[in-house]
Amino acid sequence: MKVLVTVKEVAEVEDDFEIADLDIDPRYLEYDLNEWDEYAVEAAVQLAEASDEDVEVVSATIGPERSEETVRMALAKGVDRAVRIWDDDIEAAEFLDVASKVRLLEAVVAEEDPDLVLTGVQANDTGFGATGVALADAVGFEWGAVVNHLDTEGVLEDGVAHVHRELEGGIDEITEIDLPAVLTIQTGINEPRYASLRGIRQAQSKEIAPKALSDLGLDHEAVAGELFLTDMYEPEAESDATYFDGDAGEQASQLATALREKGVGAE
Amino acid sequence: MSPDVLAVAEHRRGDVREVSYELVTAGRELADATGGDLHVAVISGRIDEFTTRLDLEGVDRIHTVDHGEEFNHDVYTQVVCALADELDPQYVLAPNSVNGLDYAPAVANRLGLPLVTDAVGIEYDGGLTVTREMYGSKVETTVEVDAERAVATIRPGEWVTTEAIGDAEVTPFEFEVDESAVNSEVTGFEEVAGGDVDIADAEVLVSVGRGIEEEENIKLVERLADALGATLSSSRPIVDNGWLPKNRQVGQSGKVVTPKVYIAIGISGAVQHVAGMKGSETIVAVNNDPNAPIFDIADYGVVGDLFDVVPALIEQFE
Ligand SMILES: Cc1cc2nc3c(=O)[nH]c(=O)nc-3n(C[C@H](O)[C@H](O)[C@H](O)COP(=O)(O)OP(=O)(O)OC[C@H]3O[C@@H](n4cnc5c(N)ncnc54)[C@H](O)[C@@H]3O)c2cc1C
Repeated sequence: MKVLVTVKEVAEVEDDFEIADLDIDPRYLEYDLNEWDEYAVEAAVQLAEASDEDVEVVSATIGPERSEETVRMALAKGVDRAVRIWDDDIEAAEFLDVASKVRLLEAVVAEEDPDLVLTGVQANDTGFGATGVALADAVGFEWGAVVNHLDTEGVLEDGVAHVHRELEGGIDEITEIDLPAVLTIQTGINEPRYASLRGIRQAQSKEIAPKALSDLGLDHEAVAGELFLTDMYEPEAESDATYFDGDAGEQASQLATALREKGVGAE
Repeated sequence: MSPDVLAVAEHRRGDVREVSYELVTAGRELADATGGDLHVAVISGRIDEFTTRLDLEGVDRIHTVDHGEEFNHDVYTQVVCALADELDPQYVLAPNSVNGLDYAPAVANRLGLPLVTDAVGIEYDGGLTVTREMYGSKVETTVEVDAERAVATIRPGEWVTTEAIGDAEVTPFEFEVDESAVNSEVTGFEEVAGGDVDIADAEVLVSVGRGIEEEENIKLVERLADALGATLSSSRPIVDNGWLPKNRQVGQSGKVVTPKVYIAIGISGAVQHVAGMKGSETIVAVNNDPNAPIFDIADYGVVGDLFDVVPALIEQFE
């Protein structure tokens, strides 16, 4: 059995930042493994660990060379090997929309032929939340979005993913999904492990195969998306909050007065 | 292609969800701009009842498909694609809900249309421009769609609703679902947020987020809650980490709360969190990042380190 888990290096914004053209000035960005993907990686590795047979876990990422650092984190946590898709055409593409990402990942699925694909629910930089389900449809797999419980035995033994999908308002939907399938994984489904020192050492010798569009049988058309970012700005504050000045003690004392006026803390 | 807009309503466990009414507003605005009709799709569940509820001012036609009790993404994908083939609308709108994200991307893929999710604003001026947020709501962006047709999902809570009754033409959509292509089955539901306290009943909530860093630091915020006579709640990562039980989680997938006072400590104000607490009467935010989106909805803001501010506040009340 093979599990493909998509991982993404996402940019996080520092507290203070400036916008340069159509993005946050890179000086104010830090890079990390997407939070939701951490849980997807853990779910994949747990499946492999629970199986008596060989379950191979392969990760796929779309990202520049820098993102190998993030991919190594996934390898250190138990992913067997990785595929990294990038080339000059992708770099030149202004904005990778869902359809473009799907075309790239579709080619990886065709090559790897996994039984199960796990993705994060969303990437916390762009927040589209759509790649997993669109990919499933493109490759003819079944799918489930926002999965916060996955029954390992069902996947390994019956080829059925018994999942909970986390709906709004504290309600889970219980669903059975036939494999092959794509599941988009929600935080809280498991407890992502820390990479052990041994894992980190082992990750150094694991393969991260770089793939250009041509390696996937694609050309620049694959990343000619139909969405264009045309503006980026800091949203106007919707309310004007009253801010308290001074050191922590002074702020606390002013806030305490405001809270008491609202009847808080009154015996 | 017609200039029409097709909006897909959402329901769950016998009720039309609020976002469906917001979709009607967004859909009407868009259809006014394109000069087309607004079609609403009502799929599965209590079709007749839902149709009556969705027959609102601005809706031109309602298409119903009676199939099963609940949402099933395979059925929705098939029906929406078939309706889109028949009506040939310029735009398909769906809610940016958990279920919306469980079929809209498949619909866009199958129809070969671009997809823009989580729209907070939609404009049409010969082409579609969508306003969305990025980087955890720290920035807003505009995204231009360079295609004549598209699928978009709208963020719940961003459009007003109308209660004005309409006179839409209601037509059952004759469509045979291909059951052999339905490879998923919803077998039930589970309420997960039960337990000892109901944070929705509390008048004052002290809510803790990831800024607290370590499990043992939760005690600090607990002490503040005690000193204020408040109930302790949290954002999602605290629950994901197992530091507080699920019944304490405020937000889209947790509880919706409307206390008199909500004190958000070390919480950034992600949209899914805000969805659960924006109805609070007074919102206080303590955060060391002056750009944290939580300050946009706060009435009182303390820009500072919670490890200084919280002890000082405890001192004020103990
Ligand atoms: C489908 C879906 C459903 C979701 N449902 C929910 C939900 O119901 N509820 C929910 O909360 N989230 C939900 N989320 C998650 C949500 O997107 C955010 O990830 C989450 O709300 C972030 O929690 P946070 O604000 O505590 O953490 P962060 O976003 O990490 O924010 C931590 C904040 O603490 C501040 N901080 C750090 N250190 C200090 C310090 N020393 N002093 C003061 N401030 C400090 C930081 O500046 C930052 O603003 C959902 C996500 C998805 C995709």
